[in-house]
Amino acid sequence: MPQIANIVVSILFDGLAYAMFLFIVSVGLSVTMGLMNFVNLAHGAFAMAGGFIVVSLTRSYGLDFISSLIFASVLIGFISVRFERRLYRQLYKATDLEQVLLTIGLAFMAIAAFTYFYGPIPKSVPLPDWLEGNINLGFRAFPAYRAFLIALGVVLIAILWYGFEMTNIGAKIRAAVDNRRMAESVGINVDRLFTMTFGIGSGLAALGGGLAIQLFGLTPYFAVLYLVLFLIVVAVGGLGSLKGTLLAALVIGIVDTGGKYLFPVAGNLFIYAITAMVLLIRPAGFYGRE
Amino acid sequence: MKTLAWISGVAVAGLIATAASAETVKIGVVLPFSGPNADLGHQIDKAFDLYIKLHAKDIAPHKIEIVKRDEGPPTGAQAKTVTTELITNDKVNLLAGYVFSPSAIAVAPVINQAKVPMVIANAGTAWITNLSPYYARLSFSMWHTAWPMGAYAHDKVGCKTAAVAYTDFPPGKDSTGAFQAGFEKAGGKVTLSVPMGSPVQVPDFTPFFQRIKDAKPDCMYVFIPSGAHATGVMKAYGELGMRQAGIKLIGPMDLVPDNKLQDMGDAAIGTIVMSHYAVDLANDANKAFVDAWHKEYGANSYPDFMSAQGWDTMHAIFDTIKKVNGKIEGEKFIAAMKGWSANGPRGHVMIDPETRDIVQDEHAMEVYRKADGKLGLKVVGTTPQVKDQCKVLKVGRCGS
Repeated sequence: MPQIANIVVSILFDGLAYAMFLFIVSVGLSVTMGLMNFVNLAHGAFAMAGGFIVVSLTRSYGLDFISSLIFASVLIGFISVRFERRLYRQLYKATDLEQVLLTIGLAFMAIAAFTYFYGPIPKSVPLPDWLEGNINLGFRAFPAYRAFLIALGVVLIAILWYGFEMTNIGAKIRAAVDNRRMAESVGINVDRLFTMTFGIGSGLAALGGGLAIQLFGLTPYFAVLYLVLFLIVVAVGGLGSLKGTLLAALVIGIVDTGGKYLFPVAGNLFIYAITAMVLLIRPAGFYGRE
Repeated sequence: MKTLAWISGVAVAGLIATAASAETVKIGVVLPFSGPNADLGHQIDKAFDLYIKLHAKDIAPHKIEIVKRDEGPPTGAQAKTVTTELITNDKVNLLAGYVFSPSAIAVAPVINQAKVPMVIANAGTAWITNLSPYYARLSFSMWHTAWPMGAYAHDKVGCKTAAVAYTDFPPGKDSTGAFQAGFEKAGGKVTLSVPMGSPVQVPDFTPFFQRIKDAKPDCMYVFIPSGAHATGVMKAYGELGMRQAGIKLIGPMDLVPDNKLQDMGDAAIGTIVMSHYAVDLANDANKAFVDAWHKEYGANSYPDFMSAQGWDTMHAIFDTIKKVNGKIEGEKFIAAMKGWSANGPRGHVMIDPETRDIVQDEHAMEVYRKADGKLGLKVVGTTPQVKDQCKVLKVGRCGS
């Protein structure tokens, strides 16, 4: 019996940490897609760029890991706004195909550029001592880094939830996601709103990229390798929904971890099975609008 | 004086013949140059280029022309396309490279039809060399490292039980199967076998390793494709505190590639791998090789086991071109390559005339912290001149 309890705790803990990573990267993608109906396949490239900035700051400039994370998210947030103003803006009215071509092209260009400067070898970052090793809770020890991921995820969720549900700006975003034309006609500047959420979403992606280094190692291909996973989270959760993205990240994170632990022979089957199942029953995702 | 007379004699006797026999040998090089595994391609490609640069004059009057193509992802499809193109459009005389087993497996029908010799510089699934009489392999078979590792883990590391974990594609099953055979022959028992997803994506290894940790084996034998996976394995192993829990990490060299070792940190210390090469390997040929590498590519660039294989691959190709005097015909070229031997960066290597596969020393190496604070590998045991046991024992497809 304690063996089974141990397994359940392992799966829940690792699954939760994984889910937090998925949530942090995907939430920006979900909101931009919900708000503007814009398919941004370069989202993973912003995450990857954030990761490399963290690598450079910690390795070459000796900055500590946490400050580097913050700096990278803010920087990528601002850079992404430039992209939004200059490039994305042109294609808001364009077809999905054109948007996909532009953004996947950007992702490939980013991969080539980062491979040129950083090389294709996976990078790692030096962590502060308190993130290395384990936290012992008496009955068992947990990896400190994953505990940190979960804690950070919870804090971010609280902040985002407050911003989304309790503030004026959050209300405007929700209104614009629900009905863009109506929101515009009551005087909400959806364009500016979008630029802001786009920046925040990309900043969060960069944060996720920085956090992912310790999980997967970072190569320029991060930009597309895990993109399918992020898109699955967005699709299962429902476009533009904070709650949905969180729920989808939790379900996919925990089911995938459990599947890997209990039935490793099945490979990635569980992720795709659950995606197909959810989308069959709710084509717009958990909290999406038809 | 005598030599001079001989040379001028030949020159006079066969002026026209000499001019006609200066051949240009076109070699198609197929390696992954793009994607997350591009660094594997570069490690071999740099060794190829270096060898050609330093030894081009050795095969005079013949010349080498290299045509490079991208092997693509480890699925084999792109390798087959570019190989077919190289043969039909570029009309290459020879093929070399091939990092991934699926590639070497996928191109076999093309090679058999075209009768173009192909020298494999990495792809290590044991039975690949049985697929075509035009294949010669200068790298290794999974059994070269995994079979002796089984006995070493039981007899020297002291493991009674072991778990195996592998990336779920042909070389993964091959390597863990070979380890299991060697380990159980020595008296150990494999208690758990965990497949860890496809080679395309680096997974989060934690759930797989957590399961192994809960099963409490003495040793954990891990096989992953070379490249991006290694860093992730070491992180998950370190984070879960598995060494402290008494589970020793062992495997083939792919776990601690020389060019990623420094990034791995303390978690890697104590890991034991079986390999035919490490930068620190003490022999004259290796010293010369590493010096030439640093001179060409800078002090911060290091060759790894793939580079050593690449170097020996080109070495064998050059020697054989000399032997057949620049005339490349499929069967004759491979026949001339059989029994080739030399002292390379890996020490003494030979091509087994029966299997066209390499014979080489295998070293058990342990990761330790060197006096200068960097991580290094030290040889803790050597099994001399190992043949591919898969074909010796005729296991599964190796017997066909």
